[in-house]
Amino acid sequence: MRLSRLSRTTLAVVAGLILVIVYVPLGVVLVNSFSTSTSLSWPPPGFTFEWWQRAFQSAGAMEAVGTSVFVAIIATAIALVLGTLISFALQRFDFFGRHTVNLLVILPIALPGIITGIALNNFFRTIMGVPLSIWTVIIAHATFCIVTVFNNVIARLRRTGTKLEEASADLGAGVWTTFRLVTFPQLRSALLAGGLLAFALSFDEIIVTTFTAGSGVTTLPIFILNNMFRPNQAPIVSVIAVVLVLVSIIPIWLAQRLSGDEQQRR
Amino acid sequence: MTMNATAPASARGEASGPPDPDPAGSATGGAPKRGIPRPKSTPARRGSVFLSAHPRVRLGFLLAAPLFWLGLVYVVALAALLVTAFWSVNSFTGEITTEWTLDNVITVLTGSLYQTVTFRTIGVALLVTIIDVALALPIAFYMAKVASPRARRILVIAVLMPLWASYLVKAYAWRSVLSQDGILEWVLAPFGLHTPGYGLPATVITLSYLWLPYVILPIFAGLERVPDSLLEASADLGGKTWPTIRHVVFPMALPAIIAGTIFSFSLSLGDYITVNIVGGASQMLGNLVYTNVGAANNLPLASAIALIPIAIIFGYLALVRRTGALDNL
Amino acid sequence: MMRTPRTARRGATVGVAIGSIALLTLTACGTTSGDSASTGDALTELGEAEGQVSILAWPGYVEDGSNDPTVDWVTPFEDETGCEVTSKTYGTSDEAVNLMKTGEYDVVAASGDATLRLIAGGDVAAVNTDLIPNYEGVFDFLKEKEWNSVDGQSYGVPHGYGANLLMYNTETFAEAPTSWDVVFDKASENAGKVTAYDSPIYIADAAVYLMAHQPELGIENPYALDEEQFQAAVDLLKVQRESVGEYWSDYLKEIQAFETGDSVVGTTWQVIQNVLAGSGASTDVVLPEEGATGWSDTWMVASDAANVNCAYMWLDYIASPEANATATSYFGEAPSSQEACEYREDCEAYHAGDEEYASQIWYWTTPIAECVDGRTDVECVDYAQWTAAWQEIKG
Repeated sequence: MRLSRLSRTTLAVVAGLILVIVYVPLGVVLVNSFSTSTSLSWPPPGFTFEWWQRAFQSAGAMEAVGTSVFVAIIATAIALVLGTLISFALQRFDFFGRHTVNLLVILPIALPGIITGIALNNFFRTIMGVPLSIWTVIIAHATFCIVTVFNNVIARLRRTGTKLEEASADLGAGVWTTFRLVTFPQLRSALLAGGLLAFALSFDEIIVTTFTAGSGVTTLPIFILNNMFRPNQAPIVSVIAVVLVLVSIIPIWLAQRLSGDEQQRR
Repeated sequence: MTMNATAPASARGEASGPPDPDPAGSATGGAPKRGIPRPKSTPARRGSVFLSAHPRVRLGFLLAAPLFWLGLVYVVALAALLVTAFWSVNSFTGEITTEWTLDNVITVLTGSLYQTVTFRTIGVALLVTIIDVALALPIAFYMAKVASPRARRILVIAVLMPLWASYLVKAYAWRSVLSQDGILEWVLAPFGLHTPGYGLPATVITLSYLWLPYVILPIFAGLERVPDSLLEASADLGGKTWPTIRHVVFPMALPAIIAGTIFSFSLSLGDYITVNIVGGASQMLGNLVYTNVGAANNLPLASAIALIPIAIIFGYLALVRRTGALDNL
Repeated sequence: MMRTPRTARRGATVGVAIGSIALLTLTACGTTSGDSASTGDALTELGEAEGQVSILAWPGYVEDGSNDPTVDWVTPFEDETGCEVTSKTYGTSDEAVNLMKTGEYDVVAASGDATLRLIAGGDVAAVNTDLIPNYEGVFDFLKEKEWNSVDGQSYGVPHGYGANLLMYNTETFAEAPTSWDVVFDKASENAGKVTAYDSPIYIADAAVYLMAHQPELGIENPYALDEEQFQAAVDLLKVQRESVGEYWSDYLKEIQAFETGDSVVGTTWQVIQNVLAGSGASTDVVLPEEGATGWSDTWMVASDAANVNCAYMWLDYIASPEANATATSYFGEAPSSQEACEYREDCEAYHAGDEEYASQIWYWTTPIAECVDGRTDVECVDYAQWTAAWQEIKG
């Protein structure tokens, strides 16, 4: 797009400023992880590596990360399957109630988490009579993760159309073969993007999790919340956050690379 | 389901539409002239043929699992919650009494507390949404239309990364920033300004911060879909930058923007943790729901209060439905 | 062996529950469910350990070293008894009551504002203290109180206790305040920097203040307020609200606020002062002349505990001097026995065993319609109304 030099620069500066604002609080978190103050007070009274050491010794923290990863992976997997199915249904077919189904997919994310949380809590405990466990968390997470997969996949389906699939079918490939060799490769980056967002959503979810986690199920956000109520633990939480941000670069970068390659190939 | 994908068959030269296959495997006559072997009739192929001939069955297969899941897990749960709003609770033993009553709903509709808090919550959610869109637009536009592919990749990472630094940690970081002793005060003091301290402004700031990536991403995706050729056409026709943005880019990106607002609006509407951390003495709808279910153990009243955000969200979704925003979430 | 009576009783409880649903007009609902839950059918004999026990407690009450390898009093218990511990923490007493309703926990550590609700709800069983050798050493002034027993039948073992003290910034207050008036009648002097505990039970703090300053209201017990007394307390808090900067419930928030000066006066716990003193903040605490509210936590056993033997073993273990000292010291409260003080150096700071000090504390008790101060001529305001009022106060 032909933007004047001035507007380009202005835009760049504004975008840069916004990013700076985005990163200032993260900087605070980073600094706090080295602070001698246990209550995250500012400015930090002193410098220490103690929290980094203790964070890596904290079995609870490690376990919580493990639990969160486990929950997020399974919830994402379920969301990938259900989200893809539903996007095919809505994109390739016109049927009565199509809009209702569309709304149904969006609802779990559009309604505030606390409502989803108490509704599911009530559902599991009083209607189904199942005790809360890690699986109830996974079911809850998968439910509101469907929408991120759905959106990415349906957008891709709309863009790619059905020509290639028709060609494949015309050439005699069955439904499965066509999906495996034609449709899926086209969807791969959309699935990746949707899956990544679903993973992130599940990984950091606290409100619905609070209401659906059983005894002893400590996801990372719950671990962090509990530690806010414990003496001398707050800086450890900062360490975990810093590590997570750093580690998160890898999957995001990989996803970017994969989808970027795909775009170049086309 | 191993199938030979390379085996072409019965290419009848029909350009579109499902290939009208021979009734499953019965075809013996009319072997292809050029000696290409017909695919073997396996159960998988028969299924495949059946499916391509019966789109309704195909639709059924696609919808069964997701609808079962959403229907059972979500619709039933939500319906049960709504029903609970018309029950009451024995205040001492905490057991729910399943006798129909409108008391809770009436309390919520007429209580001045609920009205005040509802308006406050809507105000906060709207402000957060406006701020987020205002911040997301320039950066998303820059990412989608100005930055080089390499810079774009880095920017996407930069926007996504803060998502991983736990919600709670970020909220507490803002508590630290906004404190009377915090960085903001330290930065503003030389200009004779002061930090807003803890309260509703702090809540708006923190919530805007937390949901910003969720607003940037859909807008970025929406802008990316606006073809560059369209912008060039506008320029070729003499369209200046801003008119082009206003008349070409903005209308095309509007559904994406609205999709972003659904995130920030609904996430703010139900939040109770941020307001607890930086909101000073204020409470929002989420707090009332939380207190009633977590503290007072009064699920019926909590459900009745929950009707408010549910109504608001449904209203909002109905309002934006025509724009096609729901397809852009 | 004790299985049979237990199952029979569960049947009875269910029967009562069904009965009370059917007979909605039954005003004596509390008594009905009380009958099945409160009569002394506590365990009479300890059996074999079941191999596991599930515990619901305040954060910092059940530490197994997973948060901090040096903080661990669960592993010795597991080694000793063979009962594997799983635990869940809760943030407020109300949450605890809620979670106990799931029936997933064998043991709960409950504050006085939860215990009566648990007993009335039939969620916890009477406890036979004869099966808990360490019960004997527990301070007498903590035993058989209205928040841990009904009609002389004990429902649990006291754990630790403390007072909701008045914290102030020593720079703002040159002289230590001696009265709660700094957060009530004189709160406006520090408008925006006053803090208060975020729970309906805080209404009792206002009632304690009114007991001393408006004797004509005739408040005898801050947890037994009739309509008029309750209204006076609520009005006082509504005025206070205008000066409140924030309400706190997690203590990181409270520590931060006093450290930065965002709050300069308000209720607090001793442990918060200890942390602040450790970081050199200019704060101090007093127990004002009006007295204060406080908590005395109780370990209780679920009425349908799947692992009742391990539950009793935990109750005994956590009351043992060393375990009790470690746990209460980590949380920051006074231990439940004099012997525990031998394992702690800070008993003095918490006034452990100081009966005179303890007598000034009004321990959290669930407000119920049947006035806990023994009045029969009026009906008291119950906790549900306290909760509703608390939301009104916050606005």
